[in-house]
Amino acid sequence: MRSVLPILTVLIAIVALWYAAAVKLNSTWTYDQAARAGTEVTFGALVKDTLAQERPVLPAPHQVAKGLWDGLFGQAFTSKRSLVYHGWVTLSATLLGFAIGTVLGIALAVGIVHNRAMDMSVMPWAIASQTIPILAIAPMIIVVMNSLGLQGLIPKSIISAYLSFFPVVVGMVKGLRSPDAMQLDLLRTYNASAADVLLKLRLPASLPYLFASLKVGVAASLVGAIVGELPTGAVAGLGARLLSGSYYGQTVQIWAALFAAAIVAAGLVMLIGAVERATLSRMGLER
Amino acid sequence: MSRVVSPGWILAAVLAAGAALVDVRVSALLALWLGAWFVNAQIAGGRGRLSRWLVPAIFGLAVLALWELAVRVFGISPVILPAPSAIAARIAASLPVLWADFVQTALKGALSGYLLGCGAAVLTAILIDRSPFLQRGLLPVGNFVAALPIVGIAPIMVMWFGFDWQSKAAVVVVMVFFPVLVNMVAGLKASEPMQRDLMATWNASYWQTLWKLRFPAALPFLFNGLKIATTLALIGAIVAEFFGSPIVGMGFRINASIGQLSLDMIWAEIAVAALAGSAFYGLVAFIERRVTFWHPSQRRQ
Repeated sequence: MRSVLPILTVLIAIVALWYAAAVKLNSTWTYDQAARAGTEVTFGALVKDTLAQERPVLPAPHQVAKGLWDGLFGQAFTSKRSLVYHGWVTLSATLLGFAIGTVLGIALAVGIVHNRAMDMSVMPWAIASQTIPILAIAPMIIVVMNSLGLQGLIPKSIISAYLSFFPVVVGMVKGLRSPDAMQLDLLRTYNASAADVLLKLRLPASLPYLFASLKVGVAASLVGAIVGELPTGAVAGLGARLLSGSYYGQTVQIWAALFAAAIVAAGLVMLIGAVERATLSRMGLER
Repeated sequence: MSRVVSPGWILAAVLAAGAALVDVRVSALLALWLGAWFVNAQIAGGRGRLSRWLVPAIFGLAVLALWELAVRVFGISPVILPAPSAIAARIAASLPVLWADFVQTALKGALSGYLLGCGAAVLTAILIDRSPFLQRGLLPVGNFVAALPIVGIAPIMVMWFGFDWQSKAAVVVVMVFFPVLVNMVAGLKASEPMQRDLMATWNASYWQTLWKLRFPAALPFLFNGLKIATTLALIGAIVAEFFGSPIVGMGFRINASIGQLSLDMIWAEIAVAALAGSAFYGLVAFIERRVTFWHPSQRRQ
């Protein structure tokens, strides 16, 4: 807990910088207005005006906080203006895709560990695919699915699944191979079957690796769901809020959606972290 | 050879025969797949450098052939899935366009942002190196930010820096900054106390120790961050173009081609993106091998 003070200092410094930047960036508009009205602006009036504009270049932190608060609690959760509604649209696609991607990823990793041909065929591609900007195909998946009659949740989840799939495969293969030769030999002396080795040694040993990749995977899933909402023309979801905000110059809306996405991401990562700590400490694997 | 005729293969053969009863076309695809798999299973049994390359190559070619065959025998519409041959034809026909998009997105947007962002991150890491207080504060924040969906700042950057590549570079700067920062700070801690003590007994100054011991020791960590950042840079540059761009660029082309339902163009752009991403990663990995040749992970096995 001794790092609370440094973290707070850094956060306060960020907020202070943010306010300074907001005054600086929004001042052009204030000066223009004043020049048109033929008046001079004092520094006090400048600060006051720049921090309370309708469509600022950079909204001040308290404006974003207000936008976020209004979006979260200002209206009914089912309203189209509610960030809870849009957040849920994105979150449900993220979670469904993440679950699919994780299950498929673990299955493929188990196959890779047990079959040499599969390992040599698939593994180089799985690793190479991590260097490819897979996200670029997201709009195409959405549109193709749309022309096949699939809309809404499923296409976005497919993108999310695709993005979380490869980190899980690579991490799980590493994890399933983490038991050392001594442990594998011991199970051989017990005449354990391949299924026993998998269930009783490899899977438990792979859990720390699994959780590490789950954290990467869930963050990628969320990005996939958000980007998946862009090409359908801003219907619902946090990505749609970002896009419509950028269409209409509603900067506060963009920032509020951005922070909502950040909260969702942080919540998901922390949730996995909590499950990780609980599981690993129960298994005595905690570092 | 008895291992080859395992229950799995018998099952697969039965499956193929059963599929033939339902639809002859399915069994043709299955036969192709099983044939390629059989060859791979044979090669994978042996060891050697050649099979390490051959097996994934056969797998990749089999997937391409399967794709081509499936599109042809099932007559899949090109607005759903174009055949690889159609994509190749499209790439060959529109090389100038693809090159212009590559220059706009990969070189101007991604690469300039990557260099700026990584440079800023390394400098920041060195600046906060002397202050454990700042490190304890910045590292959790940096780790936290690295997990956030940072691509979301793209509309803001487009608003600030305009439609051209500058806004894409700005998104890339923010995206690559934190992974590189976190890795570089960890790297600067990587030298052993014994080594640092040795430098102290030689009366080395802070900067001498930094330059001659700690910076080289940090390089493996730094390159780890730099490699993660290559992918992020391309993703950031492409996705930022979805929020507004001039009429050139990979993200723009993907978005515009969706409207025209010319999926072969999208696949062509994806092929270019894949090539650019792999080449970028490969280049950084190559530099890493030359610069950190002394590190255990770079030694020949």
